[in-house]
Amino acid sequence: MTIAQAFLEALESLSGNKLRSGLTVLGIVIGVAAVISMLAVGNGAQASITGSITSIGTNLLFVFRGSPESQQGPGGGRGSGNNDRPLTLADAEAISDPFAAPSVESVAPAIQGNGVLSFGGENSSTTISGVTPDYSTVRNLELAEGEFINQEHMLGRMSVVVLGPEAADTIFGRHDGVVGETIRIENQPFRVIGVLVARGGGAFGSEDGEAYIPFTTAQARLLKRSSRDQVDILFVQATTAESVTQASDEIANILRQRHRTPIGADDFTVFTQQDFLQTFETITGVLTIFLGGIAGISLLVGGIGIMNIMLVSVTERTREIGLRKALGARRRDIVIQFLTESSLLSLIGGIIGIIFGWLISFAVGQIAAANDTAFIPIVGGDAVLLATVFSAAVGLFFGIYPANRAAGLEPVEALRYE
Amino acid sequence: MDWVIEARDLKKIYKMGEVEVEALRGVSFTIQRGEVVAIMGPSGSGKSTLMNTLGCLDRPSFGEYVLDGEAVASLSDDQLADIRNRKVGFVFQSFNLLSRQTAITNVELPLRYSTHARYLGNRRGRREQAIQSLKAVGLEDRMTHRPTELSGGQQQRVAIARAIVNNPAIIMADEPTGNLDSKVGKEIMNLLLNLNKESGTTLIIVTHDPVIAEQTQRVIRLRDGLLDGAS
Repeated sequence: MTIAQAFLEALESLSGNKLRSGLTVLGIVIGVAAVISMLAVGNGAQASITGSITSIGTNLLFVFRGSPESQQGPGGGRGSGNNDRPLTLADAEAISDPFAAPSVESVAPAIQGNGVLSFGGENSSTTISGVTPDYSTVRNLELAEGEFINQEHMLGRMSVVVLGPEAADTIFGRHDGVVGETIRIENQPFRVIGVLVARGGGAFGSEDGEAYIPFTTAQARLLKRSSRDQVDILFVQATTAESVTQASDEIANILRQRHRTPIGADDFTVFTQQDFLQTFETITGVLTIFLGGIAGISLLVGGIGIMNIMLVSVTERTREIGLRKALGARRRDIVIQFLTESSLLSLIGGIIGIIFGWLISFAVGQIAAANDTAFIPIVGGDAVLLATVFSAAVGLFFGIYPANRAAGLEPVEALRYE
Repeated sequence: MDWVIEARDLKKIYKMGEVEVEALRGVSFTIQRGEVVAIMGPSGSGKSTLMNTLGCLDRPSFGEYVLDGEAVASLSDDQLADIRNRKVGFVFQSFNLLSRQTAITNVELPLRYSTHARYLGNRRGRREQAIQSLKAVGLEDRMTHRPTELSGGQQQRVAIARAIVNNPAIIMADEPTGNLDSKVGKEIMNLLLNLNKESGTTLIIVTHDPVIAEQTQRVIRLRDGLLDGAS
């Protein structure tokens, strides 16, 4: 009995009971489609997140107060007061010294806190950042209209604000033609001088909903800190993407000297864009594995369906098996016959499942696009390969027991079976 | 003499739970090549057990059995399968055809399991042999019909074609006319006897029917697992 023959016979046998074969195949189709689409969604999420992080610029570094061990995540160290010395404007000055830190292009200190924006009865709670004019270049901000905070605003501690497009939408219901309006932040009047261009998700989530005011104004009136020159976070731009690691080392050295910390007991954390990328890749990787795992369970259930139907088939065809044995079929011939059938079931299911999974991924991408979310599920060759191999393996594995059961039948008994 | 079957002191013991049942209690006989023999006996006499043993579907518990020069009493399952494939053609009372397959595919089935170089991977060779076999039973115009499209007599002819397709040493027919009316039964008997005459294949018929037994050259009678006045 050759494989080609076994294949043809299996095809005939399966097509002899189309409804049953179809339902069994359906189990595998759902399993494989789930695996394919879940992996695609996971990969797509990873690509879109890392993509948006990269779009911010990979030469960006963040410096927080608190040791790396005490950081719960990006920005988490802000409140971890204890004995850690806070970062100060003087720290920022020191870091921007081109001789001490040649890899640093510019530094933008900031303090951040929550506040309520209001205009004409509309209220919205959001993040208020007190920033310096450098912030715009360091973060690569673009203005949709108006201007960004400049040195004059800083010196005069002026009550001016630059809004993210979402923040403008929330309180004005639009994000154009709002320059010159006066809004209230924590009940103090602020004049809108600019609106930023939307840029979607960032390292800290979307920054489109934030409001930016001059550092000095924030320090004096809105976000008071214990000392006048205390800052929450330093945004540092490295000269190039390649010099980020070097810049990180330089910053660390300067801060260690200034804070007089013993080696290995830093009271600050330097986080790079690459660190964020890695963190998010780890998170989305786990997410993908998790989704794929759940989908894999449905594939397993499909496999049990195959085993079930093969066992029924063996019982039903006991006489046929007896006859085949009487005519000279060896153990191996019967095993091959039934294994071919079960593998064929799962293979057909696998192929249809791949097509379905691809369609589902495509549909998810379309829905995301319709909702203005830049998110494209990615059906990877590795996922297709994985699903194919896994489904074939499922067919083989769950076919082994029924096939052996068939092959182990005694011809005399099997022929007598009614 | 040219013995195709030599059975010496065959015993078969079945264990049914705690109880041992002796279906064959020491049966010895020989059958010559080309002979037509009937095996008769009331139910429970060990007739089926003897047929299964002679057809290599089962091994005797004790004793020796030589089929066409090969001692088969102690062969493995796969070796027995090979012996059945090469040396035994079965004709069953209920035909036992694969209902979804055409006549020619049914006849081809033993060749698919053949390890003979002539048929291994040789589709055309198998098909030709199957056509020859169907011609020998007079069904050349029904080759692509399925069993459900054939009469009982025609189905049994297909089964006979399947039995002779691999030129076996013996044909084991178990009540071959049991499911047929007497007229068709007679035709099937004549076909079997003619095949025996033309090709000299040994024919062993297990039957209740004395009319059929009369047409054979010799009757082996069994009673309670022993030979009953064999002649």
